[in-house]
Amino acid sequence: MTLDAKIPSGPIELAWDKARFDMKLVNPANKRKHSLIVVGSGLAGGAAAASLGELGYNVKCFCFQDSPRRAHSIAAQGGINAAKNYPNDGESIYRLFYDTVKGGDFRAREANVYRLAQISVHIIDQCVAQGVPFAREYGGTLTNRSFGGAQVSRTFYARGQTGQQLLLGAYQALERQVRAGTVTMIPRTEMLDLIVIDGQARGIVARNLVTGELSVHIADAVILATGGYGNVYYLSTNAKGSNVTASWRAYKRGALFANPCFTQIHPTCIPVSGDYQSKLTLMSESLRNDGRIWVPKMKGDQRSPDQIPEDERDYYLERRYPSFGNLVPRDVASRNAKAVCDEGRGVGKSGLGVYLDFFDAIARVGEKTIRERYGNLFDMYQRITDEDPYKVPMRIYPAIHYTMGGLWVDYQLQSTIPGLFVLGEANFSDHGANRLGASALMQGLSDGYFVIPYTVGNYLATNKFKKVDASHSEVQSVVAAVQQTTDKLLSIRGKRTVDSFHRELGKIVWDYCGMARTAQGLETAIGKIRALREEFWQNVTVPGSGDDLNQSLEKAGRVADFFELAELMCIDARERNESCGGHFREEYQTPDGEAQRDDERYSYVAAWGYRGPGNTPELTKEPLEFNYVHPSQRSYK
Amino acid sequence: MKLTLKIWRQKTHKDKGAFVSYTVDHVDPEMSMLECLDVLNETLTERGEEPVAFEHDCREGICGSCGFMINGVAHGPERATTVCQLTMRHFNDGQELVLEPWRAKAFPAIKDLVVDRRSFDRIIESGGYISVSTGQAPDGNTILVGKETADQAMDAAACIGCGACVAACPNAAAALFTGAKIAHLSILPQGKPERDRRALHMVAQMNAELFGNCTNIGECTGVCPKEIPLEVIATMNRDYLRASWKKREDLEATIPPATEWSANRT
Ligand SMILES: Cc1cc2nc3c(=O)[nH]c(=O)nc-3n(C[C@H](O)[C@H](O)[C@H](O)COP(=O)(O)OP(=O)(O)OC[C@H]3O[C@@H](n4cnc5c(N)ncnc54)[C@H](O)[C@@H]3O)c2cc1C
Ligand code: FES
Repeated sequence: MTLDAKIPSGPIELAWDKARFDMKLVNPANKRKHSLIVVGSGLAGGAAAASLGELGYNVKCFCFQDSPRRAHSIAAQGGINAAKNYPNDGESIYRLFYDTVKGGDFRAREANVYRLAQISVHIIDQCVAQGVPFAREYGGTLTNRSFGGAQVSRTFYARGQTGQQLLLGAYQALERQVRAGTVTMIPRTEMLDLIVIDGQARGIVARNLVTGELSVHIADAVILATGGYGNVYYLSTNAKGSNVTASWRAYKRGALFANPCFTQIHPTCIPVSGDYQSKLTLMSESLRNDGRIWVPKMKGDQRSPDQIPEDERDYYLERRYPSFGNLVPRDVASRNAKAVCDEGRGVGKSGLGVYLDFFDAIARVGEKTIRERYGNLFDMYQRITDEDPYKVPMRIYPAIHYTMGGLWVDYQLQSTIPGLFVLGEANFSDHGANRLGASALMQGLSDGYFVIPYTVGNYLATNKFKKVDASHSEVQSVVAAVQQTTDKLLSIRGKRTVDSFHRELGKIVWDYCGMARTAQGLETAIGKIRALREEFWQNVTVPGSGDDLNQSLEKAGRVADFFELAELMCIDARERNESCGGHFREEYQTPDGEAQRDDERYSYVAAWGYRGPGNTPELTKEPLEFNYVHPSQRSYK
Repeated sequence: MKLTLKIWRQKTHKDKGAFVSYTVDHVDPEMSMLECLDVLNETLTERGEEPVAFEHDCREGICGSCGFMINGVAHGPERATTVCQLTMRHFNDGQELVLEPWRAKAFPAIKDLVVDRRSFDRIIESGGYISVSTGQAPDGNTILVGKETADQAMDAAACIGCGACVAACPNAAAALFTGAKIAHLSILPQGKPERDRRALHMVAQMNAELFGNCTNIGECTGVCPKEIPLEVIATMNRDYLRASWKKREDLEATIPPATEWSANRT
């Protein structure tokens, strides 16, 4: 198989214009005759469903929560990037493009990233018009801050609740279309399989989570915006319900899965406190603007932080990276935290933590200013840990946060199955091997508001759609397959809970395919995952029945898919004999411990195709070309 | 610590519910209320019993999924805290906690601690937005919004739609929720053109649902995890009055409350 990314020819600045001009349009009067399915109501799905409804398409939108407003996007704190250059500090579309390609460690597709940077400015305008209460200056203009190590201030924010406010904007736009009758919102309903007929994606099979009923939904195209798969690690900063099921079922129906091993570990999360721990809480990265990160110089130092004198502290990021200091990118900050903890210099009960200290910042700008900047984060920290970060340094540790990998899509955001489009965190497209802070919200909204409304139209205008209904034999066989899996999960009645399997799986993936990986470790992990998966299918217990709300059953289906994904992640990580971005293979590092890329051999997107149970998946490579930003070793020294 | 949890169990909305008591040993003061339920659920599952159904997703106090009454208080004893962020250190060894779902006619029961809050979505659907389609927006800085105004709008916009306000209100009114959205949008210049229409339609929908009427008791703001101020209700009333006075057009019909969960919607 060869992959055609459909990148428009000509200069990159004109690519998106050219692509839009080349697209066929759907006659306005015909739009309502086309039905579209949008799975997911986060920033990507919510924005897509609303915009497609506005154009007049007949849209059905699904989410598994009770309301579209609760999608995981709601939890994003820090902000959203845009190349507005309001602060006049050297920002431009080109710079945002450049930083994103470089930050992604040269494993993203240039044309997509350029388009993202171009569109970023329109996103802010759209959100302002919707009433998103972005932070403002006294004079009434929009405020920006520098975020996640960027050297320009390009991040827009709404207190520490940017994701919430952007999502509510999209949700409200969506509800407006529900009122207008263009969108039907179907909450508490989980997509469990994709219907592909004559090579085209034509619908989904979904389970009503309240009644257990399976239902068939047919459409002319299916748009997945189902988020990332960080929960494969069990403990992550993702919402508990975030899962890979929709993407995974699409993969098993023929869509390629790209770069599954590219996962991001966020450096500033509250450390694990016990076995019961159900998720990890992110402390916004903006804290690194003022906080200084350190550990004791001495191993196993048990003194409380205020008893450790200045010259016995190691501000390791400032020491190793004098020009970026505490603001190095996420992957670098995370890896360094792991390294000092592995040396036995970690802090807190578990030894898995480093200090993030605001003492100097408070002395410099005063407690009041720090409270204004981070008050809600400090409160949240105190609520969880019972420690006052104005007095005692915070303890932080890296945690899984975001997945750059996802279903492969071309420039049109179409997967390898015609008519199946993938948006937001669920696709692999724009962040390469490492995502920069405040860029996921930007990508989700770019895909949903400004890309898909064009590209789906082109698909509809250039294809024919046979009439299909639920009695079609292919539809029937998909429904039967879904029913069979559900029945199977309910009938095992073994001894172990779904969560206990998930926790054990997560630990394997974290240990072997987390912050540092080796070929041998990955081999071990694959063996362990297979063995555990086998036990799962013999010994899991799912109480209750399939005909009412059954949260154990929901979890069991998701964990079953995580098992298969986990194996693919390890296969992908093992295949990539280099270190890049979030993928750090211990065998490939520079003498001073930095990631060593191998552009000669690995400058490609690894797209995996399903070949049936028990068979090794097939690897197809999409070579990456860098015509604008020339690959160099990232240096933050 | 050891706690007794007296929990409302109800299989479906058709079944009758009842309280069942469970003891949970080894409660760690650091765990959250939901993690304590996780621990209980693991035990129940291992015994082959159905775990307690409760709603949750972000577990960071922002998605608004979680929420139930703890000893008669929505989201429990801590101010400005959802149950997912409520740590067990606020309780004492040996204590009994009574957990029950939000009780309101407008929130029909689904199972155990889970209720149907779609009435909130219908209130938003009836006008809780600014009518601007994708692509129509002018440059963000052409709309100037003073810092105080933006902050005030943000205070109202912080609502997470959890439903605690309704559960706490002796009348089961949705005034704080509806007022928060009306205030968020009508404070901002972008929201002004539709201010009257929005207030009329949202209030009409709120009245069409099975919520009670607000009598200014203020329990709602007391339990609100985001501390939405009571003033938003005043804003709603003012906007509604103003709009009714000026009313020039007929109201569109309200949306009929739906309580069924049929899957085969086409
Ligand atoms: C704590 C936290 C903080 C963050 N902060 C930032 C930040 O400051 N800036 C930034 O840019 N990014 C941030 N991110 C990343 C960003 O929030 C996400 O990448 C982004 O919001 C994902 O949006 P999405 O629309 O792709 O998916 P989601 O918001 O995850 O939405 C997924 C949707 O799909 C639905 N769904 C999933 N599976 C199914 C199924 N099988 N059937 C039906 N529906 C389904 C869900 O119901 C949901 O509606 C943060 C992430 C976390 C975890
Ligand atoms: S689970 Fe999201 S607010 Fe509690």
